Amino acid sequence: MTGTRGGEAAEAFIIEEFDRCKKLGVGAGDEAVAAVMALVGVARSSKAETVAALEAEVNTAVEELKCLDKPYGSLSAACDMFVRYVVTRQRGGGGDDQTAPFSAIKRRLVSRARRFGHICGGARGTIATLCQDFLLDGCTVLVHGHSAAVLDALKLAGASGKRLKVLCTEGRPDGAGMRMAGELAAAGIPARVLLDLAVAYAMSEVDMVLVGADVVTETGGVVGVVGTYQVALVARAMSRPVYVAAESYKFATLYPLGQKDIKQGVRRPVGFGGQLVPRGVDVETAVRDYTPPQHLELLITDLGVLPPPAVGDVLLQLSV
Amino acid sequence: MDLRRPPRSTSGGVEPKIRQVGFVTPDVSGPSELPAVAALQPGPAAGSPPASDLSPGSLSPVMIPPPRHADHLSPGSPSPPASEAILASSAPQPSSMRFDAASELAEDDSRSMAPSAGELETNKGDLADTQNEGAPVSQKQKPSKAERRAIQEAQRAAKAAAKEAGLSGKSTGAPSGANPAVSKQAKSAKASQKKDVPPAANTVASEKKVTERLPERDRKKDAPHPRMQFDDVHRVEKAKKRAIVNQSEARNRVELFRHLPQYVHGTQLPDLESKFFQLEPIHPSVYKVGLQYLSGEVSGGNGRCIAMLLSFREAIKDYSTPPNKTLSRDLTAKISSYVSFFIECRPLSISMGNAIRFLKNRIAKLPLTLSESEAKASLQSDIDRFINEKIVVADQVIVSHAITKVRDGDVLLTYGSSSVVEMILDHAHELGRKFRVIVVDSRPKLEGQGLLRRLVAKGINCTYTHINAVSYIMHEVTRVFLGASSILSNGTVYSRVGTASVAMVAHALGIPVLVCCEAYKFHERVQLDSICANELGDPDVISKVPGRADLDHLKNWTDKENLQLLNLTYDATPSDYVSMIITDYGMLPPTSVPVIVREYRKEQLWV
Repeated sequence: MTGTRGGEAAEAFIIEEFDRCKKLGVGAGDEAVAAVMALVGVARSSKAETVAALEAEVNTAVEELKCLDKPYGSLSAACDMFVRYVVTRQRGGGGDDQTAPFSAIKRRLVSRARRFGHICGGARGTIATLCQDFLLDGCTVLVHGHSAAVLDALKLAGASGKRLKVLCTEGRPDGAGMRMAGELAAAGIPARVLLDLAVAYAMSEVDMVLVGADVVTETGGVVGVVGTYQVALVARAMSRPVYVAAESYKFATLYPLGQKDIKQGVRRPVGFGGQLVPRGVDVETAVRDYTPPQHLELLITDLGVLPPPAVGDVLLQLSV
Repeated sequence: MDLRRPPRSTSGGVEPKIRQVGFVTPDVSGPSELPAVAALQPGPAAGSPPASDLSPGSLSPVMIPPPRHADHLSPGSPSPPASEAILASSAPQPSSMRFDAASELAEDDSRSMAPSAGELETNKGDLADTQNEGAPVSQKQKPSKAERRAIQEAQRAAKAAAKEAGLSGKSTGAPSGANPAVSKQAKSAKASQKKDVPPAANTVASEKKVTERLPERDRKKDAPHPRMQFDDVHRVEKAKKRAIVNQSEARNRVELFRHLPQYVHGTQLPDLESKFFQLEPIHPSVYKVGLQYLSGEVSGGNGRCIAMLLSFREAIKDYSTPPNKTLSRDLTAKISSYVSFFIECRPLSISMGNAIRFLKNRIAKLPLTLSESEAKASLQSDIDRFINEKIVVADQVIVSHAITKVRDGDVLLTYGSSSVVEMILDHAHELGRKFRVIVVDSRPKLEGQGLLRRLVAKGINCTYTHINAVSYIMHEVTRVFLGASSILSNGTVYSRVGTASVAMVAHALGIPVLVCCEAYKFHERVQLDSICANELGDPDVISKVPGRADLDHLKNWTDKENLQLLNLTYDATPSDYVSMIITDYGMLPPTSVPVIVREYRKEQLWV
């Protein structure tokens, strides 16, 4: 087929686009948004002549991007959502338009892609706005892990004059909590760092738990940084609500039945601050865990504030 | 005035959605349509039945205006004695209308507009009964047979014309507004579709009522049809008179389950076999499948549904439209009669109900321009397509999804014998996964033994136990795979009795429960317990243990008045105990079932 980028040229192009988008700071540093924008670029600049060729090009680009994100994380989820929203949905919805000229179909496809990119770009802002209803003046929030969406929400609350107190778990082994606390302090919000194991101790003074997510599964549960499940369990035991701030492009058709069903990816050694691991001792290096939907109160997404079962609804409607 | 069943005292004030066969003709002049129980005043009530009684749910379907009423009842001579004579809380019908009904009933037995078989059976039973009861005490002149035939033809033409008019535009006026105005029915075949209610133009009003009924009828097609409640003595009697299979009701019935049918087993099969050459209207393949249901040879949701559809396919192949009848209506009536027969052999499963709904939908949607052979071929291919897409291919899709949840080293538990679960286990074994299976079984059906035999023959490592050991064996289990007869709208799994217990124990130990069910079995009904809708099996099977003649403590249990045996067939598993539902639409959480029902129903309409 003339005009379509084939094979390696296509792969190189998408990586190039992706890097370019990242450099442009698209999505304020969120890789997933940059990936979506790169895919939009692929669709727009495609010289394919038929719908099938265009879809193939998009799929190749998606495969290439997903290779960067093993195990399945928010980048892969965003790419899959892109395919679902732009390609699959349009195929189903435009059934009566199969006789339309390719240029019209492509135009529609590209406009859907642009719209999806726009949605992804503005997701975090929408989430921050929706969170304001939950962040009341004088409340104490427990956060776990370093989530940009949560950070934006808290910063917005602080900027609008609410007095918040934030407790950050330390977030070992990569110190995500420390970074979070630092940024909060820089934004003028008082933050306190907790030992990961002191969550139960501190839970009685907490009003709510706000976490981010890597991927939102079909059940409405979330796959996130390890420790989220633990925090959610403690919160539930002490009747504190757990809210998850997750963009809608993180919805994925994963359906884990237990912790062992999610992939951990390449195991990195866990540092113990100079302390050596004794001979014959093994270290558990899981970096992600799965929180089932029963422990979550609400998901705050750019589609609105959803209960966990609504995720399955959204995904079904995009695919049925 | 329309003819409806009066509110039953037994139903606790809730009008059951009972539909009468379309030949029920409305009363004309105005003998009050109050229930025979309540008002037996002969005075004409000026043609105004209590409007409050007329709620949309209780209205009868298409009414054919019988011409005769203008002659017989307009002089103002109601038939109160006839009305009073009608006991059994059936609608008090003037006898002339009964004769109409009777004659029409005799004429074409099962032609009706009621798409649901259960109601059809009840309604026909009602009409036949009223005919029987009312005839002796009638005081009206019996019109001659030729006269009646002429009237029927005219009515049929009127009905057909009204149906066209009705379907082209649904009137929104409250039917109750029309009814009090109707006091006379004329014989004309006018198909005018006036939206306002002319009090004097009875024909038009009746036509309007006809057209208004039609949208209701269409609407009612989509509503889940009620099941006949067997604790109402009169209805049961009527149904029995109509029944093809002679069944005697069992004694010593459990009070809580009186609303479900229970017959003495063992008497039906010989009786039905002896009637083979008398059952002309029933096609032989339908008859054969009915016998298979009765004897228990064919069981299981998929098996029964496929057998039923294939028998219908044969029946359609051999079908020829009688003269002066339209294929779609006559065939629908025939299918309804077959369905009634199946119900008598064994109550329908939900999968069968959905398949019947599909078939009737397809018959109704046949383009009128098709010739008979084309229509028959189209229906046969529709049935083939349904079986292939919704059952065979769906099962393959389910297996492909479920196989991702079977890992090496798994210990899988299953209950009873589900066709889909067996396919999953076979496929996993073929792919070389290392796993073992625990088959949990229960009396009296002992369906797990068949599954066990087949799995062991394939070389799968199996353990077998009864349900009383399930809490003991569950500690070894990693995944539970269950089949389902249906999944209801609130995520409740309706399956073989015992499934709920297994799911509950698994949930208590934190073991994922995966329910595998094809999407065509989903139903929009909601059930909160296992009592409202269920099937009662043969209680004698509980009292006897095969191979243990010495266990005869319950030998004469029917003689003991305060002893009742209960043999339930199904139970309802709450959605909390289910981790995942695997359908041909993918793997869903139980909360997503209403989405599938919504989307699936839409798809049916497009099909």
